[in-house]
Formats: sequence, structure tokens, C-alpha cells
Amino acid sequence: MSAVSDTARVPAAPGNAVTQSFRDSMVVAKRNLIRMSRIPEMIIYGLIQPIMFVVLFTYVFGGSMQIGGSTSATDYKNFLMAGIFAQTVTFATASSGAGIADDMHKGLIDRFRSLPMARGAVLTGRTLADLVQTALTLVVLAVVALIVGWRVGTNGDTNAGKVLAAFALLLLLGYAFTWIGALIGMSVRTPEAATSSGLIWLFPVTFISNAFVDTSHMTPWLRHIAEWNPFSATVQAARVLFGNPGQSLSGAWPMQHPVWASLIYSVLIIAIFRTLAVRKYRSATA
Amino acid sequence: MPGAIYAEGLVKTFGDVRALDGVDLDVPEGTVLGLLGPNGAGKTTAVRCLTTLLRPDSGRAVVAGIDVLGQPDAVRRSIGLSGQFAAVDEYLTGRENLQMVGQLYQMRAKQAKARAVELLEQFNLTDAADRPTKTYSGGMRRRLDLAAALVVSPPVMFMDEPTTGLDPRNRQQLWEVIQQLVSGGTTLLLTTQYLEEADHLAHDIAVVDHGKVIAQGTSDELKARTGGERVEVVVHERGHMGTAAEVLRGFGKGDTTVEDHTRRLTVPVTGGAKLLAEVIRELDSRGIEIDDIALRRPTLDDVFLSLTGHVAEEKPEGNGEQGRRKNTRKEAVK
Repeated sequence: MSAVSDTARVPAAPGNAVTQSFRDSMVVAKRNLIRMSRIPEMIIYGLIQPIMFVVLFTYVFGGSMQIGGSTSATDYKNFLMAGIFAQTVTFATASSGAGIADDMHKGLIDRFRSLPMARGAVLTGRTLADLVQTALTLVVLAVVALIVGWRVGTNGDTNAGKVLAAFALLLLLGYAFTWIGALIGMSVRTPEAATSSGLIWLFPVTFISNAFVDTSHMTPWLRHIAEWNPFSATVQAARVLFGNPGQSLSGAWPMQHPVWASLIYSVLIIAIFRTLAVRKYRSATA
Repeated sequence: MPGAIYAEGLVKTFGDVRALDGVDLDVPEGTVLGLLGPNGAGKTTAVRCLTTLLRPDSGRAVVAGIDVLGQPDAVRRSIGLSGQFAAVDEYLTGRENLQMVGQLYQMRAKQAKARAVELLEQFNLTDAADRPTKTYSGGMRRRLDLAAALVVSPPVMFMDEPTTGLDPRNRQQLWEVIQQLVSGGTTLLLTTQYLEEADHLAHDIAVVDHGKVIAQGTSDELKARTGGERVEVVVHERGHMGTAAEVLRGFGKGDTTVEDHTRRLTVPVTGGAKLLAEVIRELDSRGIEIDDIALRRPTLDDVFLSLTGHVAEEKPEGNGEQGRRKNTRKEAVK
């Protein structure tokens, strides 16, 4: 039983930092996807909550809500889905944070940090794996939405390309939020704290927005916050691209140019929170 | 020429606590240094600084000839780290864990796969290779963790309390693996709370307390510093203790310690086994019946006690620990 072996040579320093970073991220993403596939109950519980929201909002709130002057339940249903989709993708923040905090807690981050791997790869791998899970969740949710009667193109032009673009913007928002989760996960002591602190702030962010109600009924100061909320920009963009009712007529720039606003906000969130999270990772002490 | 692991004046503070307060280390290539000390002495912090996980506030460190602060990534390619917690992913199988680590050491996927097979074989994990590691026993997990640290056969290894929490059989197995590793030329820095472990595995021992190396040397050197041999006698009848003490005083090179409740007498001596025989004859001629007699050399426990005033091994339970410490202090005062 000798420890030395031909296959155990120390590999040379990799040539290209970008290639290495990509490769390492993929290795870590694969690891996280294997994990997820072995804990299917996590995916199932992750689906129950948004499906419940679709059903509850549709049947409980539908008919009592005024969307663009209409109180029709069908209008509310079509208005609602973009909001629920957007809220669902942001909830991946919590699982990202909890996963990373768990790795810290168990000493895996120490293992990774002692390896000659790209510095951002542990977090990038995690967020990419969460993106895959979010995409799966969105597919299931879209099917449920269609079953309860959601239709695209009810209040404007749309086509397959626009619908896909809407989903792409939603996923980009979800990906951006997982970086906030990554920073939370690197900053708290326990996975439990990451889960709760990852979720709490999402409620004001997703409710002080255009996701569930028409912002024109809000008091002016709240309406301003809602209209400039990065989350609202993506919801508005999805509504425009789906051709669904309730697109805000507000003059606020993000409401006038929602697709651009959504892109800019998401890229900005990734740039800021990725930098902070990776910096935290480099100096992490478990 | 500094050794394979070299540190000079390492200082690391966390708030008010000076976890490392000027640590110097020098481990020649192919040898094992045991870093010995109680919980919170700074052992783990020292390992974290040397393995690039933590940046010291000041000081210098060179590992495998590479400056730790200047070229951390080059150091990471030359070291293996096996932690206090078995740091493997519990939802991945043993094989998947090793493949992942291999790939993150920048091996090609195929090479990582082949290496995983070798290591699983080497560490007796082939049968469990395709089970998630959360089904593994503590000993198996520890072996997998060690295997992960050995994926690239690094010239320098760090092990932070590798056998903490293992049963004696698993500890013995792990010791064998470590000894084979070292006979293959690996330089090893090992932290431990178990004096027996340091005695067994390490060429040199550095005793750490309050962030400082308070003594360093071979196990024998450290024991010699604490003092020489002593004879311990347990007499059968309490009434004989006075006479026995008188006999021992005749042979002793220092004060005789008497423990009433255990009927144990101890006296420092020189002269080894020959003297022991004389003591036995003398006690016998005076008709003193003895339950036990032995010539004792100081253990590392004695060394640690005399250097720091407290014992190295600590029980996790708060009460037991305090009780033990108090007891030992009392004995030390005698």
C-alpha cells in the first residue's frame, strides 16, 4: 500500500485563468447537481410553495382585484403569473445561501480553499446549479399556470421568441439574486440562519412591487419605491413580452423601458454581489 | 536552508485574542512534526496559516520551498490538507468525492477517475465506493478525507487532529497509513491532543500553549527535560506505608510522594532496572507486601503538565474537564 503513484503527479499550473475558472465552476456545479438529485424532497418542497401561490392568488384574490380598471378574475390571473414567476426565481436566494453556509459549516469550503482551483468557482458552481434548479421549477410552474387558465397574448402582441425572452429575463434575475444568497451564505454562521435571513428580506422586495397589485393604487411614496424596485422591472418586462394585462403606465424610466431596466439591474446585481461574495470567500474563516 | 515547512514569527489575532503569538517552526524534509497542545492553544490557527486558509498578521512562512504569502496558489498545488472535520460531501459517493478533488487539483477527468480508483483500493473503500458517504462509518469517512488529501501525493501534508473521535482500532489503522506515507518521503505536520499519538508518529514535537511554542524536541528530549525515572510502589497494607517510604527514601534522588488513598508511593531515581531489583529485595526483606511496583519514565503527559501547569487532553464535557484539571494541579503541587 504505497501512497505514491504514476497517476498522482502534481499537474502543472493551468495556462489560462478564464478556462480554469470555467472548468472548475463546472466541476463544482456538477457536484451540486448530483447533490440536488440525491435530495429530491428539496426540489419538491421548492415547488409546493409557488404552486400554492398560483392557486391561492388565482382563486382567492382573483375577482377582488382591480387591474387596469378591470375586476375580471381572468384578467387578474393573466396579470398575476409574471409576478409569481418572478417571485419564485428570487426564492432560490435562500437555497443558495443555505447550501453555501452548509459547506462552510461542514469544512468543505476549507477543503476547496486549500486546493489550487479558481477562487470564484465554488460560488459560481453553486449559483449555476441553482440556476438549473430554478429553470426546472419555472417549467413546472408554467405548466400549472397554463392548467389554471393563464394565457399569453391576451392584452398585447407576443410570439414564441418574446415568451422565451421573458423566461430568460426571469432566469437572469434569479441568477442575480443567488449571488445575494451566496454573500449571505458566506456571512452567517449556520445554514439555518442563511435560510431565514435569505428569505425575510425577499418579502418586502417582492411585495412592494407590481407583482401582485396594480401600483397605481399605492400611496405615492410607496409607488415610487415599487416602480424603481429592480424586481418590478423584470415583472413589467415579462408582462410586456407575454402580452399580459396590467402593464404599468407609469412614467418612471424602468416602467417605460422594462426590458433594458431588467437587464441592467440584473447585471449590476451580479457585478456587485459576485465581487463581494468572492472577496468574502477568499478571506473566509469557518 | 529552511525545511519543508518553515515558519518565523507567525502572529494572528482575532479581536483581543492572540491566537498565534510569534510561532517559529522548522520541519526538515521527510520528517513528522507533532504540534501538541490543548484546545484553543493555536494549533489549528497555525495549520490554517500554513495552508493558505488564513493570512497571518505578521511573520513569514515557507512550505515546500514556496513563500506562503507570496505564492499561495503554488503552495496549494504542493500540499494536502486533512481536517478536523471529515470534509467530504456527504451526498456524493466516495468515488465522486475523490474525482471532484482530483479535477480541482487540475487533473484531466480521465486521470482523476483513475486516481480515485487507486485511492479507494489503497484505503480499503472499494466496496463502499459507490455509496453516498453519509452512509460511511466515522473511520471510513476519515480514511476518505485522508485519501482526498493524497490525491496528488503532495510532498507536504497537514493533518489537523486526524484521529480525534476515532475508536482505537480505526486510530491504529490510520496511524499505519500515516507511517507508510512518511516512509515514502512525505513531510508531515500533525496536530493532536493525544500525547500517545505524537509519541507514536512524530520525530519532533512542538508543544504549543497560548499561541506560542513553549518547548520543542524529540519525545525523549522533552521527557529528559521533565526529569528522569521514578519508582512507583503500591503497598498492600496501609500500615506499611511508613516503612515503605523509609525504604524508598534510601534509594531516592528526591522527595518521596505519598498518596494515602491509593497506597501509592513515588520517588525519583537513577539506576534503572538494577535499582528496581534492589528496591524489591529490600521491601521483601522488611516483610512489606506489595500490590504493584514499576519503574516509570515520564510520559508526555508529565512533560505537558510540567511545561504548562495543565494537562493536554481535555474532555469535551465542561464539568469533567474542570474536575480533571483541578485534580492534576493538586498532584502537580505535591
